[in-house]
Amino acid sequence: MEQVKYNNFENESFNDDIVLSIGEKARTVEAIQRASNIRQVIGTVITYVLILFAALIVIFPFYWMIITSLKLNDEIQGSQQTFFPNIVMWTNYVYVFQTFDFTNYMINTIVVGIFSTIGTILTTIAAAFAFARLKFKGKDALFAIFLMTMMIPGEMMVISNYITVASFGWIGEGQTRVDAYLAMVMPFLVSVFYIYLLRQNFKQIPNELYLAAKVDGKSDWTFLWKVMVPLAAPTIITIVILKFMGTWNAYVWPNLITDTPEFRLISNGLRGSSFVDLQNRTQYGYQMAATVLVTVPLFLLFIFFRKYIMRGFGRAGIKG
Amino acid sequence: MAKTKIKEAGNLFVSDIPHYDEGYNKEGNTIVRLVSNRRNKKPYQVTGIQDVAADNNWKAWIYLAPILVLIVVFLIYPLVNTIFISFLKDYNYVTGQSEGFTFENFGIVLGITPYNGVYETDFVEYAIPNTFILVFLTVPLTTLIALLISVALNSIKWFKNALQIVFFLPYVTNMIAVGMVFAVIFNTNGIINYLFDLGEKAWISGATRSVAFVPLITYIVWMGLPFKILIFLSGLQGIDKQYYQAAQIDSAPHSKVLWRITVPLMSPQILYILITSFIGAFKQYAAIVGLFNGPGTVGTKKNMYTIVYYIYDNLNTHTSFAAAAAVFLFAIILIFTAVQFQASKRRVHY
Repeated sequence: MEQVKYNNFENESFNDDIVLSIGEKARTVEAIQRASNIRQVIGTVITYVLILFAALIVIFPFYWMIITSLKLNDEIQGSQQTFFPNIVMWTNYVYVFQTFDFTNYMINTIVVGIFSTIGTILTTIAAAFAFARLKFKGKDALFAIFLMTMMIPGEMMVISNYITVASFGWIGEGQTRVDAYLAMVMPFLVSVFYIYLLRQNFKQIPNELYLAAKVDGKSDWTFLWKVMVPLAAPTIITIVILKFMGTWNAYVWPNLITDTPEFRLISNGLRGSSFVDLQNRTQYGYQMAATVLVTVPLFLLFIFFRKYIMRGFGRAGIKG
Repeated sequence: MAKTKIKEAGNLFVSDIPHYDEGYNKEGNTIVRLVSNRRNKKPYQVTGIQDVAADNNWKAWIYLAPILVLIVVFLIYPLVNTIFISFLKDYNYVTGQSEGFTFENFGIVLGITPYNGVYETDFVEYAIPNTFILVFLTVPLTTLIALLISVALNSIKWFKNALQIVFFLPYVTNMIAVGMVFAVIFNTNGIINYLFDLGEKAWISGATRSVAFVPLITYIVWMGLPFKILIFLSGLQGIDKQYYQAAQIDSAPHSKVLWRITVPLMSPQILYILITSFIGAFKQYAAIVGLFNGPGTVGTKKNMYTIVYYIYDNLNTHTSFAAAAAVFLFAIILIFTAVQFQASKRRVHY
């Protein structure tokens, strides 16, 4: 914000100008200026104090998760809470890797994540292209129906999808790994929101490029993959990341459709495993070490693709 | 230099078609293009280029086919089918059989009609009130805090980017994982009881319903902030600085600037956030699983039920009830969204 300037009118001549002056009683220009400066400094300090306090609260659970994952269980349960572990227990992580079937859950999550991401991207690109570039009867009506489906809560679909997937033989007795993967991937390939996002992006690509491609004798299909997709790459990367994050966080559906923990995803593994010792006491150190392992990959993804993740959302909200 | 080259090339090929120059020809409605002179290709003309967006293109349906199949199978059909099941008595999803049509399911779920002589009370006593408490406490709270944080973030100069990243961090976490972290923080021997000297107060397991809402709401608010802050920040950056300069000349107080300038100008973003987060808040489930590891805090009581929790809990055993509850939820969300759109018509300034 620009600072308002107060002129010392005594030193200036007003021969040519008409000046409107507002009198402030018993205060010199310097005093007003000083007061305004002081107010601004105080305001800035208060803002920083408040915002740093809020930031501290936001970041505290992460700090506490990491710290607890490195503590001995007696220290966690003790009456004296410590903000740094007395003995750093790296062995908590070793234990988690040995007993908690981390690699299996990880592989399941990655396989499901990759297939559902590829499937979503392919169908989304094709649909967005049709809506953005081609003309056909009933296009606007169809797009309106698509947008309306965004309002339907997913819980409406879960019940029937469960039945559908069961009738395909993907769940129940004798479920194989492939069945479980199919059941986890197929119902979630549709995302109208991503189609909307990509369509908006495709629409911005100028018509001239399309005509130029036509002059070169390229087909619509080639144009889509050689011109439109590369130009919309940032949006597509955003979709890929969001989709993958979605799989990483999926909990309800994998839990519903699998009978054995073997086929489940990372969130199910985390909540489903019991981190207890021989006396049946929860070992929070192990539990938190496992949560760190689940959280870290997402953090790495965020650090590397921050720009795409944050922009993808920022864009969604620009037009209310 | 470039010009002469084109001319040379022109002489080389275009001489075959003397009155056409390279480029677009108005009279003939044709585009003449020169090909590379490395290979001795014949020059070709492309006429009648048409934009595919110009007429009805049946190929569009090929591009739409996969998504249409998926939408019909996994979205439209389930929607209709769920409504259908909600009117079937004792539907069994394995055999696909039921005992005919009935309107009882809604009555049973809402505790009006008895089922096998017993009234179902969990839904009315816990699921509906809990859901509404969560909706009406967390949405306004999160929106307000997010608005204040983003206004503050927008006004500072140093560490702006770093703080922006910090406030976005809760978004890129696993709902279940962080729920477990909050459970440790609010443990009887946890840091909250230690810091505020509360002895061994039970917040999670063994806590009463009203006490258990404290960690739950804290967690949901914490989790909901980043998305809202991001949207608000992008809205704030779009506000014309002149409004603030005018306010400063009038020496308007900060609170007035916030409520009279920032909030009205941000109304499209606020509406977007309110609608999406109201819909989201009606569907709380993962937060409860993460925090409480079950539907209740004491024994087998289901005092932490939400509508969605009820749906998932009854999916296998009482599919008809789950369907009825889902239809109920759908109706509430529809009514709510419609009301919000109506209310926003007068209040939102585009």
